[in-house]
Amino acid sequence: MIPESPNKPAGWLLGRTRWRWYELAFWAAAASSFFIFPSKLMLISEIFILGLLAVSIDLTLGFAGLVTLGQGAFFGVGAYAAGLMAQYGAGTAPFADPLLGLLVAGFVAGALGFVTSFLVLRGSDLTRLMVTLGVALIVEEIVTQAKDITGGSDGLQGVMSSPVLGVWSFDLYGKTAFWYALIVTFVCFWFCRRLVNSSFGLSLLAIKGNPLRARAIGMPVNTRLVAIYTIAAAISGMSGGLLTQTTQFASPDMVAFHRSADALLILVFGGSGFLYGGLVGAVAFRVMQDFIGNITPQYWLFWVGLVLVLLVLFVRGGIIGMLIALRERLLRKGEGS
Amino acid sequence: MSEAPKPVLETRALRKAFGGITATDNVTFSLPPGARHALIGPNGAGKTTFVNLLSGVLPATSGEIYLNGVNITNWSVRDRARAGLARTFQINQLYADLSPLETILIAINERENAATSWFRPLGSRSDLVDEAAALLVRLNLADVMQARVGSLAYGRQRLLEMAIALASKPQVLLLDEPAAGVPEGERDQILDVVAALPADVSLILIEHDMDLVFRFAKTISVLVNGALFVEGTRDEIARDPRVRQVYLGEEEIAHG
Repeated sequence: MIPESPNKPAGWLLGRTRWRWYELAFWAAAASSFFIFPSKLMLISEIFILGLLAVSIDLTLGFAGLVTLGQGAFFGVGAYAAGLMAQYGAGTAPFADPLLGLLVAGFVAGALGFVTSFLVLRGSDLTRLMVTLGVALIVEEIVTQAKDITGGSDGLQGVMSSPVLGVWSFDLYGKTAFWYALIVTFVCFWFCRRLVNSSFGLSLLAIKGNPLRARAIGMPVNTRLVAIYTIAAAISGMSGGLLTQTTQFASPDMVAFHRSADALLILVFGGSGFLYGGLVGAVAFRVMQDFIGNITPQYWLFWVGLVLVLLVLFVRGGIIGMLIALRERLLRKGEGS
Repeated sequence: MSEAPKPVLETRALRKAFGGITATDNVTFSLPPGARHALIGPNGAGKTTFVNLLSGVLPATSGEIYLNGVNITNWSVRDRARAGLARTFQINQLYADLSPLETILIAINERENAATSWFRPLGSRSDLVDEAAALLVRLNLADVMQARVGSLAYGRQRLLEMAIALASKPQVLLLDEPAAGVPEGERDQILDVVAALPADVSLILIEHDMDLVFRFAKTISVLVNGALFVEGTRDEIARDPRVRQVYLGEEEIAHG
């Protein structure tokens, strides 16, 4: 194996963090879907939002190796926080300002993430799975029971955000919602991308790969895990806030357990540890749901289950892993001829 | 040994019991600065347990450990590492999916408190990357700097295991069987690295390989059944008939 630039190791590391053409193509395609599917803008916005939730799970699972089944709790808390802000502001700035709502959603979910992160530090993967699941169930129950604040099973009605930046108000066709969701998702994704490509991101990989070694190097493993769990929770909260703001509605469904399960499923579909897996998985998941739903709506879960089993058994790294393997095979063929 | 300098590492009546089995039995031991000390003993003598106690991987049942005169008995692995106590593992503890360059950078970033930098891309601190690269060059790993660690030959992974420990610029280095399992042809590289360790690093070498021990150690402790059996200079130990009996007896069984 011949290294590409043996004299410039720093350049090699930096080069790997540069934006690639296929990343730009991905975001260009995301933006152009506005013109290609003008009748499905709400659905596409929801794909961005689900994708962002899956990306936040990727931060903990794919990079730090923390298994979680409770990201839906942060999503839901963010959804309600943004909803309450908008309701309180009654559709006018400053309280109903969508960006402020998003920040509050992220802050509240991040605070919950920070507090519960200490529970996740203890124990094995199975313990963590159960603890995150338990926290999610508790949050779900609190939200449905606290009727005075959350509206109980009716959800929050009349969530009206003021126009984005005071200019673009949310319309019936979801045009503003589309661009708003796309841009917020992109900015959050960009932040995550900086994060995982930094020294901090590398230290997360070290913890995922071998916590014993990480400690022996002198790494404060628990502090790092608390940090990334909190950040991921905040981003989950913001994605929840996005859903409330774009659909102008918050319901107990947003904190329901199936949110966590769906998001994890989406990440596994797309491939964890690549950051794009969550986004690609969300597209695949929704397209599949749409496609299969048109043919045999009653067997939707059967097909999801089948695809999941096949992917986990035969493909390492989901859709992205499949694409990488394909690319490597093509490159090898190119070298051979 | 006339006027002993202040020891860097010390244990007092250190004991570790696993249920009814005493793996480390009342070990009182001190390591002077710049030491080249070997810890030998038959299989199951408790050598690795002792290293695990020193590095904090296992908590001691009783007794104390001092690093530069500070009681570190209850310190975490992480705090001991930060205080200058580094170790290698008998079984490689590496990152199969990362490159050697990244592996070393992880350790250097921690040492330089650069690991919490979350915005600047990895590699923007070129001084740290250059240091990592220089260390890999020194350890004959230059050509595989960017390869996947999991794809390296075992001997080179062993070198990397040592490189990680060195990257933290330790004051005390615990080498747990650095040459274990390394094929004959690659052993010399390991020996060269051990020989070239900076003189101010105090070294504890745990080794089965007597060639390696007698080549590098100036002083030797023999552990038997978890207790210090005898201590002395290399020559004293080499001449000691009791050591021969304990050690060579076991060797014969091992080879027979």
